[in-house]
Amino acid sequence: MSDSAIKPVTAPAFGLRFDNRYIAPLFITFILLVGHLFYGILESYERTALAIAAAIVTELVLGRIFYSKWLNLSSAYISGISVGILLRSPAFWPFALASVLSIMSKYVLRVKGRHLWNPSNFGICVLLFLAPETVASLSVQWGNFKWPLIVIWVLGSIIIYRAKRFHISATYVASFFLFAFLRSWITGDPVQAEIAPITGPMYQLFVFFMITDPKTTVKSRKWQCIVVFFVAFAEMLLRLNQVVHAPLYALFLVGPTAMLIEIFLESRKTLRSVEAT
Amino acid sequence: MTGRKLARVLLVIVFICLIAVPLVMKRLAVRRAQVNNSVTGTRALSRYGFQLQEVSKSSGVNFKHEAPTLDHQLDHIMPQVASMGAAVSVVDFNRDGWSDLYVTNSGEGSKNSLFKNNHDGSFTDVAANLGIADVNESGTGVSMGSVWGDYDNDGYEDLFLYKWGRPELFHNDAGQKFTRVSEKAGLPAWVNANTAVWFDYDRDGRLDLFLGGYYAEDVDLWHLKNTKMMPESFEYAKNGGRKYLFRNLGDGAFEEISQQAGIDTRRWALAAIVADLRGTGNQDLFIANDYGISELYFNDGKQFREAGKDTGVGFSPKSGMNASVGDVLNQGRYSIYVSNISEEGVLIQGNNLWMPQEGTGGDAIKYENLARAMDVEIGGWSFGAQFGDLNNDGTLDLYLVNGYVSADRNLNYWYDFSKIAGGNSTIISDAAHWPAMDGRSLSGYQQKKVWLNDGAGKFVDVAQAVGASDVFDGRAVALVDLWNRGVVDVVVANQRGPLLIYKNNVAPENKWVDFELEGATSNRSAIGAEVKLFWDGRQQVQHVSGGSGFCSQNQRRLHFGLGKNPQIDRAEIRWPSGKIERIDKPTVGQVYRIKESV
Repeated sequence: MSDSAIKPVTAPAFGLRFDNRYIAPLFITFILLVGHLFYGILESYERTALAIAAAIVTELVLGRIFYSKWLNLSSAYISGISVGILLRSPAFWPFALASVLSIMSKYVLRVKGRHLWNPSNFGICVLLFLAPETVASLSVQWGNFKWPLIVIWVLGSIIIYRAKRFHISATYVASFFLFAFLRSWITGDPVQAEIAPITGPMYQLFVFFMITDPKTTVKSRKWQCIVVFFVAFAEMLLRLNQVVHAPLYALFLVGPTAMLIEIFLESRKTLRSVEAT
Repeated sequence: MTGRKLARVLLVIVFICLIAVPLVMKRLAVRRAQVNNSVTGTRALSRYGFQLQEVSKSSGVNFKHEAPTLDHQLDHIMPQVASMGAAVSVVDFNRDGWSDLYVTNSGEGSKNSLFKNNHDGSFTDVAANLGIADVNESGTGVSMGSVWGDYDNDGYEDLFLYKWGRPELFHNDAGQKFTRVSEKAGLPAWVNANTAVWFDYDRDGRLDLFLGGYYAEDVDLWHLKNTKMMPESFEYAKNGGRKYLFRNLGDGAFEEISQQAGIDTRRWALAAIVADLRGTGNQDLFIANDYGISELYFNDGKQFREAGKDTGVGFSPKSGMNASVGDVLNQGRYSIYVSNISEEGVLIQGNNLWMPQEGTGGDAIKYENLARAMDVEIGGWSFGAQFGDLNNDGTLDLYLVNGYVSADRNLNYWYDFSKIAGGNSTIISDAAHWPAMDGRSLSGYQQKKVWLNDGAGKFVDVAQAVGASDVFDGRAVALVDLWNRGVVDVVVANQRGPLLIYKNNVAPENKWVDFELEGATSNRSAIGAEVKLFWDGRQQVQHVSGGSGFCSQNQRRLHFGLGKNPQIDRAEIRWPSGKIERIDKPTVGQVYRIKESV
């Protein structure tokens, strides 16, 4: 889920305007606060703050240079906070670097005016791949209490439903469970072990924020579901090869591929219609 | 080219350069490590001031640790459950002035060993003759570690043996034999413990005992009622064993008072250390917990108060395996070293070096983790660590062992481990849900770290250069002057591996002075006594410990390296009783044997 998908709406009862673009930042901040205050999931406040600040500053600077305006910062905030939560490292520099790379990827890795990678997915994957001795991804669980877990899933589902992206998350979750059973059947490992990862906070961020990002998902509702099914499928293949950061890498590989195919098909369609006229 | 196009080209260049940053940093780190370990032998001796030589076999020590075989319901993950028990503690059990070694074994029916120092570089196992070898009989559990303390103040160090099973207290009968006195002491029937420390918490002159449970005490790992005995969380588990504080009543019996004293926790304790962290004269208790946060209990002499969050050490949950203290920057204050887990590409917890913050102290003391800043952060799957001046240069160095399960070198269990570790409590807490290990390694064959303190806030790993090149699954480390030469040698107990004795050859130009303390009003072992040494405008504090690091205990004697041509000003001794004694201008190269004045 991201910023620009939803139009601003008015809340007439109070006469206040509430911009729906801020639902996602508020929700991810809520997850962060619940996670940290209950379980201390953050590496530290400083590192997360650094990640957010680096993302916002990069967005401000690049937006000013390339669009000559100050951009809405909710997208950069989500990228920064995602890096701050999902990346684990005792060092400070990976948080700044991942955030900067996340935002820069939107400006550099573009085809026909569209950026290809989910920003934070890009930044995190680059660090995981190139600096494994220094960083890891968030791989712990939500402590021992079920209620925060349930609240976040329910609240997240409601918000994502309002944003008209629920079908993406639901398809992914259903596919994950399907492939979890398949992996269990293939490897002989207990099915609980295969399901275990999705009960962790990393997956909640992944399901609600990364795979639903309107800017880096294909346009058709049907194809959104198909693409996310392939993300889950790629994740299964990676998991069968014992890749620890399988979901992040799966999205890194499948998401831009789908985007490129869509861009290619759209440009061909445009070309045909131009030729026809 | 328009300005915007130029900006885009520059952006792409910067983007590529930023992506290259991790690769450049990795290359620099590798080069630095290569430089530090590029010399060996005599060149290492001249560059770093010491060199280690493994001499266990030539010393007559042929000890190999055996792991237990637990309930068959755990067969699929047996190597990682039965992964502890190799421990070593140092004692001079017969008061001959030479340090001996007590080593635990963990196979059912296996024997523990007491290696008596023969004064000539050789050792003889006398455990069986003295009655402390056959302590792992089937049905009584198996040994996890031991600590020595003279609980009855008769001058001879007694043995407390903690197990996954029945804890045991053995009275030392004048160094001639040991008598089992567990029932008289009032010890519980079964504790799955991995840490214990002797200390005099109420300063009544008698040693009390802290015992930390790991698995819950109602779990018999050989006869499981069910398989739901694993931690309920990888980082927030509170379903571990309870803690015990045994108050010494003075008649050979102990009273368990942990709850009354304010120690009531079920975190998974793996290491405890006791030291006067606030300068109050009372011994505070630090517990490194696996699967969770560390705990720090302030001791007011009667009651304990948990202050982990307030002080900063008890917030971020990790996998605490070790707790040891040392005056790292020669400031007269203790830092605490906690080892955790770091595995490239999977989990980078980093070890913690908790340094007291400038300007804080007393009850308001705050700690900050400076492990990264001081380059002692990344070890591996780390276990035991000890501070000691390995090259006698006047600063405390750090010896750390790593390695969890070394099985098939080409097969790795980490993916499956990370999968289950992220699961909800209902999944992770049941061993039946854990994927089978199938002979795979889990952080196996890891190198050790010998971090040399430069005295200016940085440590450098010289393990390979100085000869600490083994890759066994290290557990306990003990530092001891085995040959009475004024150096600290290193003894390492390895899980399913040999006991290693690293004889330390130190450059002779670096000098030393030692202190061997005996309490009178205070407990006779002088556990809790501190020596603060002042020389050449420097100072360093050390204390007599009743257990330090993971399942280990260093020599009782306090060893101070002094560097070249030292001029010692004075040594200040603070006894647990509160008495303070002073020795002016102690002589370099001497062992001072000091009895507390009455």
